[in-house]
Amino acid sequence: MDEPYKTTVEDEPAPVIEPGHTFGTVTEKISAIVLTRPASNGWFLGFGIAFMLTMMMLYAIGYLFLKGIGIWGSTVPIGWGFAIVNFVWWIGIGHAGTLISAILLLLRQSWRNSINRFAEAMTLFAVACAGIFPAIHVGRPWLAYWLFPYPNTMRVWPQFRSPLMWDVFAVSTYATISAVFWFIGLIPDLGTLRDRATHPAARLIYGALSMGWRGSARHWARYETAYLLLAGLATPLVLSVHTVVSFDFAIGIVPGWHTTIFPPYFVAGAIYSGFAMVLMLAIPIRKIYGLEDFITERHLQNSAKVMLATGLIVAYGYGIEAFMGWYSGDRYDAFTLWNRLHGPYAIAYAALLICNIFVPQVLWIRKLRTRPVALFVISFVVLVGMWLERFIIVVVSLSRDFLTSSWGMYYPTRWDWMTYIGTIGMFLAAMFLFLRLLPAISIFEMRTLLPEAEVKE
Amino acid sequence: MKRDPIYGTMAEFDSAQALVDAAKRTHDAGYQKIDAYSPFPIEGLAEEIGFHHNRVPLVVLIGGIIGGLTGYLMQYWMAAVDYPMNVGGKPTHSWPAFIVITFEMTILFAGLSAVFGMLALNGLPMPYHPVFNVPRFALASKDRFFLIVFSSDPKYDPAGTRKFMEGLGSRSISEVPS
Repeated sequence: MDEPYKTTVEDEPAPVIEPGHTFGTVTEKISAIVLTRPASNGWFLGFGIAFMLTMMMLYAIGYLFLKGIGIWGSTVPIGWGFAIVNFVWWIGIGHAGTLISAILLLLRQSWRNSINRFAEAMTLFAVACAGIFPAIHVGRPWLAYWLFPYPNTMRVWPQFRSPLMWDVFAVSTYATISAVFWFIGLIPDLGTLRDRATHPAARLIYGALSMGWRGSARHWARYETAYLLLAGLATPLVLSVHTVVSFDFAIGIVPGWHTTIFPPYFVAGAIYSGFAMVLMLAIPIRKIYGLEDFITERHLQNSAKVMLATGLIVAYGYGIEAFMGWYSGDRYDAFTLWNRLHGPYAIAYAALLICNIFVPQVLWIRKLRTRPVALFVISFVVLVGMWLERFIIVVVSLSRDFLTSSWGMYYPTRWDWMTYIGTIGMFLAAMFLFLRLLPAISIFEMRTLLPEAEVKE
Repeated sequence: MKRDPIYGTMAEFDSAQALVDAAKRTHDAGYQKIDAYSPFPIEGLAEEIGFHHNRVPLVVLIGGIIGGLTGYLMQYWMAAVDYPMNVGGKPTHSWPAFIVITFEMTILFAGLSAVFGMLALNGLPMPYHPVFNVPRFALASKDRFFLIVFSSDPKYDPAGTRKFMEGLGSRSISEVPS
């Protein structure tokens, strides 16, 4: 650490890894979660609940396929109900994983090494949850493949001038790149598990997945180049994904949607909610699996700071929206603002301001940024707030547009709620399985953080 | 072709520093066909064993260019040639609207080229490799460091190479059956 200024003991940041660890202990500790630690009753309980919620989601979707979109609350004028709210919410949550794994890698923020693996897994599962919604929202989900340009007997092609089409490409590229980035990061650790597993089936499965990785210097050189290039590609990609999602709204003419602030404010909001989810996952994981040595106070603090910063960008976005409602002189924009503050959904807007702007300001207090319980609660509040934000954007804007004759209210049905809560269950079920089947922390990247890893020429 | 029963001679080291020093000395002693194994990437180690031509960036560049061209030309052909649709008199070849998908396709192809290019250049997946015949090699994915001189090296002779490697400060030496 060559700091340009002298730091006092009090200012010293918490270490990324607690001292005293060696290559061996890091390897043992992380791989033991997968290989030797028996699954606790708590794990079975948690996974069981999450699995039941997943089943509930499948039931709701099955009934949707049987009856059609009419079972949902979305109807004219609010054709984009929960499905799009939840889609944007989930995609946004995924963004923090890519930010941690790609952008922080390029910025040489080595503290990311202990949280990038499960943050990437979080991205993958969040994108999987997000992908369900547009697919079942198209009305005839068995024809969802029409979204892709494939040669067909109808001799038609998709409309590439539509932001919805851009979204198809952005989200499917994002899902693909996130999956391969995650898998590439796993290969050396799968090799470690292969060499340490004792059960023949485990050896076979991890061996096949590691593809014969042997840690050759030539392989590492190409591996690191590929990893770095993937990070460089994923960085503009992740910024583009939520930009394109915001285009779904901003390209339209609905008051409250048609603004240029949307892309940056959507991206910041995505990272904001994503870090909240990272904290909500990291805090229980480090506690339950005794990983406080690897996911230290430093990680909690840094995540809290990112949340605070992106939260302020989001607050700026709200401010500009309100300002433009007044400054543009457009009566419909002005009405949108009035409607948010005084209309039938005013309570949701008030809750949004409290959750996203006022409550997170307590993160300015240094002591609070190291308190896991406080951070957990604040993260939950932020996730609620970010969900409300998408609800305000989608539902409130559509409910009252230009003509009073086309106004309407939106009432989500129990099927809407079952599908939404069900995806949370699916996300958690996937997370539970991931924790038990794959190393939740990148073992080889943790080794590089140890002082013994340093080599002099 | 008859296979050489010996794949090479392998030395085990305790630390990354010892491996880098040994790799440097072995390469300087004139051994060409050598390899080093470590549980994490070590900066500069590949150069020490004579690896200089990393072609991954080129593969990614080509993949990205192909992706970008595919994305743009696909949209141009579909929207302006094969299925031109007049929407409010707007041009069928409306290139600004095609940029987003062109960008996404560039990233997609470049990213997949990085993954599959790296795996292909590394020769993975590889179900069998002789180095795994050494039982202690299982530690190469934990906390030990290995250096091998392949028997295909022109300077290789089982006894002489072993003697040379004993002078490198290794922890143990073993012959690798192929």
